[in-house]
Amino acid sequence: MIVRIATEGQYELPDGETTAQLNALDNDAVAAVEAGDEARFVELFGQIVAFVREHGTRLDANDLRGSDVIVPPPDTSFEEARHDFSGDGLIPD
Amino acid sequence: MAGLTGRFSTVVKAKISKLLDRAEDPSETLEYSYQKQMELLQNVKKGLADVVTAKKRLQLQSQKLEQQVVKLDTQARQALAAGNEDLARTALERKSAVQTELQGLDAQVAELEGQQQSMTENQQKLQAKIEAFRSKKEVIKAQYSAAEAQVRISEAATGVGEEMADVGLAMQRALDKTENMRARAQAVDELEKAGAFEDLTQLGSGEDDIDRQLRALSSGSQVDSELEKMKAELAAGGRSAGELGSGGEAPSEGQSA
Repeated sequence: MIVRIATEGQYELPDGETTAQLNALDNDAVAAVEAGDEARFVELFGQIVAFVREHGTRLDANDLRGSDVIVPPPDTSFEEARHDFSGDGLIPD
Repeated sequence: MAGLTGRFSTVVKAKISKLLDRAEDPSETLEYSYQKQMELLQNVKKGLADVVTAKKRLQLQSQKLEQQVVKLDTQARQALAAGNEDLARTALERKSAVQTELQGLDAQVAELEGQQQSMTENQQKLQAKIEAFRSKKEVIKAQYSAAEAQVRISEAATGVGEEMADVGLAMQRALDKTENMRARAQAVDELEKAGAFEDLTQLGSGEDDIDRQLRALSSGSQVDSELEKMKAELAAGGRSAGELGSGGEAPSEGQSA
């Protein structure tokens, strides 16, 4: 699976267990946002970014494949994550 | 993947396909995007330059205040040696006020220093990203002009489009941060233009406002103890007449002006 950390770059992650772990972290992060738990979100989101960096292999700059999943920028704030859920994304038009 | 990344991916991808649908000639769009990125990078660099200038200005101001402290200390000693305790007290009061301002200034310099560092790192990352985009852009342009299998090109275009959107996002975030810091740098500018710094080095020139009087009050005990210390030093070193005791760090009058 190809995962992009927005504003950083693309990583290739092995499918299966690794992907499932990432998915679990991701769902927990959503739960934290929905519960309004900022500290928990910051912790989990940091874990997501670290997980991709640790388990993934950086894609070459000339690799033209699109990503399967895009993780928001590493410096995403709690407010931005909340905003992201309300529909308006981080990406400008 | 559902969660946060799923939502984010969907939004990004929707924007990308909109972007690519609009493009009649992909290579032209990519080229334009690259030029735009380079322009924006210049803005980030300008913002950084502003922060550096503001920091230097504050450092210069801080140096002036340090000289002021030394000068006031020397003056206090001289006044005390000449037996004018009131004058010595006034000099020490001013010194205390200047030292307080100096602390505030140093904290600001440290803050700007931190901002400068993070902006420099950010700028380097952006530069690397733009370089990566340039590389991808060349690959897809070569493919496009060779008019290879249409499917492969559109797949690749998605990858490049994604990179393009991502550089755009990185750029936008960097510029937002730059604007914040620029505003701070400008605030320093305004402060200087308004004479806030001049005023502060000429403290106690006769017309104390309430703030200064309050500050004098709170620094009173510090001044008292310093005055006592100075007296003791003078008494100890005062056997040889005319000498100023152990205040060795004080330069001559001319230097501190």
